[in-house]
Amino acid sequence: MLELRRVSKRFVGVVATDDVSLEVRSGEVHALIGPNGAGKTTLISQISGSLPSDRGEIRFDGHDITRARPYERVKLGLARSYQVTSIFKRFTVLDNLALAVQARSGSSFSFWRPVAAEGSLFDEARSVAGEIGLSQKLSSIAATLAHGEQRALEVGLALATRPKLVLLDEPLAGMGPEEAQRMIALIDRVRSRVTVLLVEHDMDAVFRLANRISVLVNGRVIASGAPEAIKADEQVRKAYLGDEVAA
Amino acid sequence: MKRSIAVFIVLLGFPLAMSAIDNLFYVSFASRVIIYAIAATSLNLVLGYGGMISFGHAAFVGAGAYAASICIAEGVASAWLGWPAAIAASALAAWLIGAVSLRTRGVYFIMITLAFAQMAFYLVNSMKAYGGDEGLPLPQRAELGLGLDLGNEVVFYYVVLFFLALSLYGLHRVMQSRFGRVVIAIRENEARAEAIGLPVYRYQLACFVIAGAVAGLAGALLASHGKYVNPNVLHWVQSGTLMIMVILGGVGQLWGGAIGAFVLLGLEHVISDYPLPWLAAVAPNYPQHANLGVGLVMLAVVLFAPHGIAGLLSRRRGA
Ligand SMILES: Nc1ncnc2c1ncn2[C@@H]1O[C@H](COP(=O)(O)OP(=O)(O)OP(=O)(O)O)[C@@H](O)[C@H]1O
Ligand SMILES: [Mg+2]
Repeated sequence: MLELRRVSKRFVGVVATDDVSLEVRSGEVHALIGPNGAGKTTLISQISGSLPSDRGEIRFDGHDITRARPYERVKLGLARSYQVTSIFKRFTVLDNLALAVQARSGSSFSFWRPVAAEGSLFDEARSVAGEIGLSQKLSSIAATLAHGEQRALEVGLALATRPKLVLLDEPLAGMGPEEAQRMIALIDRVRSRVTVLLVEHDMDAVFRLANRISVLVNGRVIASGAPEAIKADEQVRKAYLGDEVAA
Repeated sequence: MKRSIAVFIVLLGFPLAMSAIDNLFYVSFASRVIIYAIAATSLNLVLGYGGMISFGHAAFVGAGAYAASICIAEGVASAWLGWPAAIAASALAAWLIGAVSLRTRGVYFIMITLAFAQMAFYLVNSMKAYGGDEGLPLPQRAELGLGLDLGNEVVFYYVVLFFLALSLYGLHRVMQSRFGRVVIAIRENEARAEAIGLPVYRYQLACFVIAGAVAGLAGALLASHGKYVNPNVLHWVQSGTLMIMVILGGVGQLWGGAIGAFVLLGLEHVISDYPLPWLAAVAPNYPQHANLGVGLVMLAVVLFAPHGIAGLLSRRRGA
């Protein structure tokens, strides 16, 4: 479904991703793990198109998207969520989601007809809100939501575009244990219809959800494979998993 | 909505009251304020709703003013030709300038829109056939037909008032539409807008062109109003004045541009035409420094009313 071939990105003085090759197969939850600063977010941004790659090739669903604009990638069915929450803070929950539905459902070069008259837009937005557990918060301004709720909306915005593949950048970031369980359950529910590339530091979540895992260290993929193989991998233990899995 | 209608009822009655006391000067002055209100409203679409800090809006007012004036100077006085020509010229200018400028962000966007507008300013300065730096006097105002004589101050007032109503209603409608939601979403969070599949650049450009077109209409009306056009309509000070109007009146508020135009032009007029004897005793030349007064009001608004005067008014209603 998604294939990276020798993709690199260099910032002034830092090689953030270095010759990364990676394949995400249709239907799987593929976890991308690695220490802080490994280049995970950079890689997500290269895949979503918000950062142009210096080198390499990215193919998605039969298309070469290496040079495609971010919105073009979304149209092909590739959506992302952000590690640092990026929602429409002054919009209500419902308007946030309706906007994402609107972006998917045809052109927005419609200047006269009120959006409010488009019932189907809001019906679909409500159903996404239900899925992410925000049905009771539809008319709350996004900025006033609790952190966990904002994180849910963050993921909801990506899901509302009805992606084939969703890139989730640390969806559990900053969540309490209860909220984290809800997010894990959400990802578990949507995996039947959406392929997931999951960046996550929470190893409990990773090993519960992932079909396969790739490990990024210093911008390079040092291992990629089934969870058991990754757990057993000597190099991975040394570079990253070490303490967390041993404990 | 109720308030908007009330304001328009007052505005509809204004020339009647002025005619009754035989004071057509104020009808003409009000027309000028309304034309600026249209121009400032169009800038508010870009600046307030779209979050694009364009410092070159006068270029579009100027494109419209010159296109309409050239039509009249060449003997095509019909407003039905001249005004669409003005709208087309300013929309084209906005499309060209926007297509380049919108590839930049932040301070670069401000500077590049300013630079384009100054280029347009020098361009019209060099159009010797149409008056060059001395400007172009017009033999008459545009002709509307329909038995309406635009040479009549009261008729002219009602025509520009009609266009202000149309602009405000249009702005109100557009902001409820799919397009309007997208424009606001881009202002709020551009990266996320693109990341949910919205081609940000295209929507911003469309917004820029629509605003430019409306500014062009205001320019055409302005030229007819004064029966004269000169390069100063494109000067960067004009762009700045329109920005001040929007900021005073209320950035991203429906009535922001209109209120700003009314307050700014009203203030200028009062300061320069109604000398205060006590102030003149201290500072005899103060009417020549009307800008200082405007600056102080501006400072007060920015400090105490972040949503401009329109924001103050609507907050009081809420309370
Ligand atoms: N815009 C940028 N400009 C310069 N350097 C950057 C930029 N973004 C990231 N970097 C650097 O690139 C490297 C990779 O950062 P990245 O955010 O991709 O890591 P990460 O794996 O997502 O880390 P974390 O687990 O902390 O989220 C880091 O050294 C970081 O400082
Ligand atoms: Mg990261």
